[in-house]
Amino acid sequence: MSQYQAEIILVGVIVAIACALPGVFLVLRRMALMSDAITHTVLLGIVIAFFVVEDLSSPLLIAGAAVVGLGTVWLVEAVHRTRLVAEDAAIGLTFPLLFSIAIILISRYAGDVHLDTDAVLLGEIALAPQRRFIVSGWDLGPQAAWMMGTILVVNLVFIRTFFKELKLTTFDPALAAALGFSPVVVHYALMGLVSVTAVGAFDAVGSILVVALMVGPPATGYLMTNDLRRMMMYSAGMATLAAISGYWVAHFLDVSIAGSMAGAVGLFFTVVLVFAPERGIVAVARRHTRQRWEFAQTMLTGHLLNHEGTPEETHESRVDHIEHVLGWAPAFRDGVISRAERDGLIVQVDRTLRLTPTGHTHAAKVLIPAAGGTRLEP
Amino acid sequence: MFDFGDYTLRVVAAGSAILGITSGVLGSFAVLRKQSLLGDAISHAALPGVALAYLLTSSKSPLVLVLGAALAGWLGTLSVRSIVKRSRIKQDTALGLVMSVFFGVGLVLLTYIQRLPDASKAGLNTFLFGQAAAMLGRDVATMFVLGSLAVLAVVVFWKEFKLLSFDPAFAASMGFPVQLLEVLLTTLLVVAIAIGLQAVGVVLMSALVVAPAAAARQWTDRLGIMVILAAAFGAASGVTGAAVSSSVEHLPTGPTIVLVASVIVALSFAFAPGRGLVARTILQRRSNRRFRLEAEG
Amino acid sequence: MTEPRQDADPGGLAIDVEDLTVAYGEAPVLWDVDLQVPQGVLCAIVGPNGAGKSTLIKSILGLVTPAAGRILIEGRPYDDVRLMVGYVPQRGSVDWDFPTTVLDVVMMGRYGTLGWFRRPGRNERRLSMQALEQVGMDHLSSRHISELSGGQQQRVFIARALVQDAQVYLMDEPLQGVDAQTEKAIIELLRDFRAKGKTVICVHHDLQTVPEYFEWVMLLNVKRIASGPVGEVFTDENLRLTYGGGLAAAAPGRRDTAEGII
Repeated sequence: MSQYQAEIILVGVIVAIACALPGVFLVLRRMALMSDAITHTVLLGIVIAFFVVEDLSSPLLIAGAAVVGLGTVWLVEAVHRTRLVAEDAAIGLTFPLLFSIAIILISRYAGDVHLDTDAVLLGEIALAPQRRFIVSGWDLGPQAAWMMGTILVVNLVFIRTFFKELKLTTFDPALAAALGFSPVVVHYALMGLVSVTAVGAFDAVGSILVVALMVGPPATGYLMTNDLRRMMMYSAGMATLAAISGYWVAHFLDVSIAGSMAGAVGLFFTVVLVFAPERGIVAVARRHTRQRWEFAQTMLTGHLLNHEGTPEETHESRVDHIEHVLGWAPAFRDGVISRAERDGLIVQVDRTLRLTPTGHTHAAKVLIPAAGGTRLEP
Repeated sequence: MFDFGDYTLRVVAAGSAILGITSGVLGSFAVLRKQSLLGDAISHAALPGVALAYLLTSSKSPLVLVLGAALAGWLGTLSVRSIVKRSRIKQDTALGLVMSVFFGVGLVLLTYIQRLPDASKAGLNTFLFGQAAAMLGRDVATMFVLGSLAVLAVVVFWKEFKLLSFDPAFAASMGFPVQLLEVLLTTLLVVAIAIGLQAVGVVLMSALVVAPAAAARQWTDRLGIMVILAAAFGAASGVTGAAVSSSVEHLPTGPTIVLVASVIVALSFAFAPGRGLVARTILQRRSNRRFRLEAEG
Repeated sequence: MTEPRQDADPGGLAIDVEDLTVAYGEAPVLWDVDLQVPQGVLCAIVGPNGAGKSTLIKSILGLVTPAAGRILIEGRPYDDVRLMVGYVPQRGSVDWDFPTTVLDVVMMGRYGTLGWFRRPGRNERRLSMQALEQVGMDHLSSRHISELSGGQQQRVFIARALVQDAQVYLMDEPLQGVDAQTEKAIIELLRDFRAKGKTVICVHHDLQTVPEYFEWVMLLNVKRIASGPVGEVFTDENLRLTYGGGLAAAAPGRRDTAEGII
C-alpha cells in the first residue's frame, strides 16, 4: 500500500465517521431525508460564497454552505407550515429547486468556478492527496484530512457535550421542552452540524455518498443494538469498514471510489439486515416458527380453559371440533396436540382433550390479565 | 439547416411534453398518498439499471435503457418496502439508504463502462442531469408508447386508484385487492420516472413528480381536475425547460425544467383562489375587519 | 341490492365469531373470542383502550388475518357476502384534505357493487343524493370535504354506508367527537337500519349511553368478557371485569408473571 493509497483511505475513514455520527440522530429522529436535502443544497451556499470571496479554499465557503443548509431546513418547515402540502412534498419541492439553481450557476460559470457538476455528485476523493497542508515548509498531509478531521472533532465535542440534550429531544421532545431544553435549538444545532459535515465531506465523496454515509451506517447500527452509545460506536465501525473495503474494491475494479464505498455501505447493511443475531431476518423467522408452535399450544390451552366448566365443554374439547374452530389444518393440529401432550399441558382421552394442572396454570397466566384489564400489547 | 433545427426542437418539445404529462398524472397520486419522496428513491435507484442494461446488451436503444431503469427503480421500491416491513428501520431511512446505495452502485457501473474501449458509451452520463437536446425520434416514440400505457392504465383503474388513495381500508372491506392495486400504481410511477430520466436526469426527476402535482392541488378540490392540471403543468415545465436549455449554451436541461416547475409551484401557492396565500391573507384581513366592526358597533 | 334480504336466514345470526385469536407479532390482541349477534339489533362493542375493539371489526371484515378462529356473516364466510357488509372506518383514518367532494365520497359506497372498471353513473348519483338527504347533508353535496365539521364528516361516512345498502354494518366509533345534534341524528338513522331488519355493530366509547342507544352489547378486553342483551350483560360486575380492578385484586402477582411470557 503506497502512501498515496493510505492517505485516500485515511480521508475516506475520517469522512465516513464524521458523517455517521450526526447521522445516528437523523435516523433516530426520522429525518434521514433531511440529509438528502441538505447535502444537495449546501452546494448553493458554496457557489454563492465563492462569488463573494472568489476563493475556493476559503473557510467562508463552509460558513456559506452551513447557512444555506440551515436555510433549507427553515424553508422546508415554512413550506410545510403553509399547510398547502404535506411534509414529504415540502422536502421534495424545496431541495431540487435550490440544487437546480446551484447547478445552473455552476454550469453557466463553469470556467470561473473550479467545480464541475459531476464532481459535485461523484466526488474526487482520489484527488484528495494532491492538495497538501503545508505549514512553514512542513508537509502535514492532505488538506482534506485536516479539514474533515476538524469537523469530526467538532462533531464529537458537540455530541459529547450535548449528549443528554440530544438524547432527550430525540426520544421525548415534549419532556425535553418541559424541562427547559428547547427542542428547536437542539434541532437547528444538529442541522448546522449536518450542513457543515456535508460541505466538508462532499468535496471528497460527492453529495450522494454523503447521504449513504449519514444514513447507512446508523441504520446498520440501529439493527444491532438498543443502546444509543453502542449504536454510535457500531455506526462508526461500519462506516470505517465501508470506507476501507469500498476503497479496495474500487482500486481493483478501477471504478468510482465514492460509488464503491456507497455499495459497501449497502452490502454491510444487507448482511446485518439478514443475519443480525436478534433482529435479523433469519433470526426473526426462526423465532417466529418456534413461537408459532408455542403460541398455538397456549391458544389450545386457553381455548380449553375458556370453556372449562361451561355446558359446551365436552363439545368444545373434542379434537375434531378444535380443528374446526381454530381453523388449523389437521397436520398442524396433531402437531400442536402432541407437543402439548409432551410438555404435560394436556391429556387426551377418547379424542377429547383435558387440561393438566400444569396446562391450567399455563393457560391462566395468559387469560387472567386479559380479564383484569391489563394491556397485553407492548 | 432551419428545417433540421425545427425538427429537433419539435422532437424535444414532444418528448418533454410526454414526460411532463406522465409524471404529472402519476405524481398526483404519489403526492396525495404522501409518497412524494418515493420518486426520489426510484429515480436514483434507476441509474444502475440504465448502466447494467447497456453493459448487458451493448445497446443504447431507448426501450432497453428505459426498461433497465424501470426494473432497477422497481427493485428499489421493493427494497424500501421490504426493509420497512422486515425490520425496525423507518420509511425515511430506508428511502435515503436505498437511493444512495443504488446510486453508488450506478456510479461504479458507469465508471466501469467509461473504461471500456467502445465509442458508443458516450451519452450515458447525460442520465445524471439530463439532456433533452439529445432526444431522438426513437426515444420519443418509446416515451410515447410507455407514457400512453401508463396514463391509459390510470384512466382504466381511475375509480379504484381514487378509492385506494382516499380510503384503502374501505376499499379492502369491499373486496378490492388493495395490495395488488398499490403495486400497480407504484409500477406506473416507476414507468413515468423511467421515461423522464434521459431528459431530466436521475438527480432531479423526482421534482417533476412532486412539483406539478403540488401546484395543481392548490387550484382545485377535484381529483380529476387536479390530475389534468398536473399533466398540463408537467408538460409546460418540460417543454419550456427543454426549449430554453436547448437554445442557451451551458444550461443543463434537468435543473432548467425544475426551475420552471418551481416557478409554477410558487405562483400556485401564492395566487391560487381559495387556498393560495394571497387569497387567505385577504380573507383573514376581511374577517378581522368585520369582527372589529362588529365589536365596535 | 335488495336480494340479500331474501338470502338472509331470518332469525339467524348476523355475526357468528368463534374462537377468534389475533396476534400482532407475539402479543395476542384478541384471545379466543366468541361473539354471536342476532339479526336486526344495534350492538355496541365496549372495552378499554387496546382491548382489540377495532381489531375485532377489522377481522370480521377480513382486513386482518386471524391466527385462528372462524367468522360467519349471515351464516356464510365473508368472501361470499362482501356486498352485504357495510363498513364505517374511524373518521381520523382518512385525509380530509383529499381533493374530492362530499357527493364523491358518498358514491364510493357504490364502488363495491359496481365492481371493476364500471364508473358511477346517474343511478349512483341519485342514490347518493338520497343518502345525503337522509343524513341532512344534501345542501352540501358539492362542497369539498375539508370544509366539513367533524360531525358533518361523520354524517358523510354514514351516508356512504347508506348507499352500500348492506345487511350488516360494522362501524368504528361513529359517535366519536361529534356534536350532540349529530349524535342524535346518527342514532335515529341507526334505528332506521334496525327497523329494516339490518344489524349494526358499533365500537362505542361512552358507557353511559349504551343502554339508551343499544339493545345488544359486547364487553371486550382481549378476550370476551360478556356479550348479550344489554339488560342481562351490561352489569357492574362485568364492567369491572372489563375495565380492571376486581379480578386482578383477587389474583395478586399473576399479572407480572403473565406479562413476562408475552
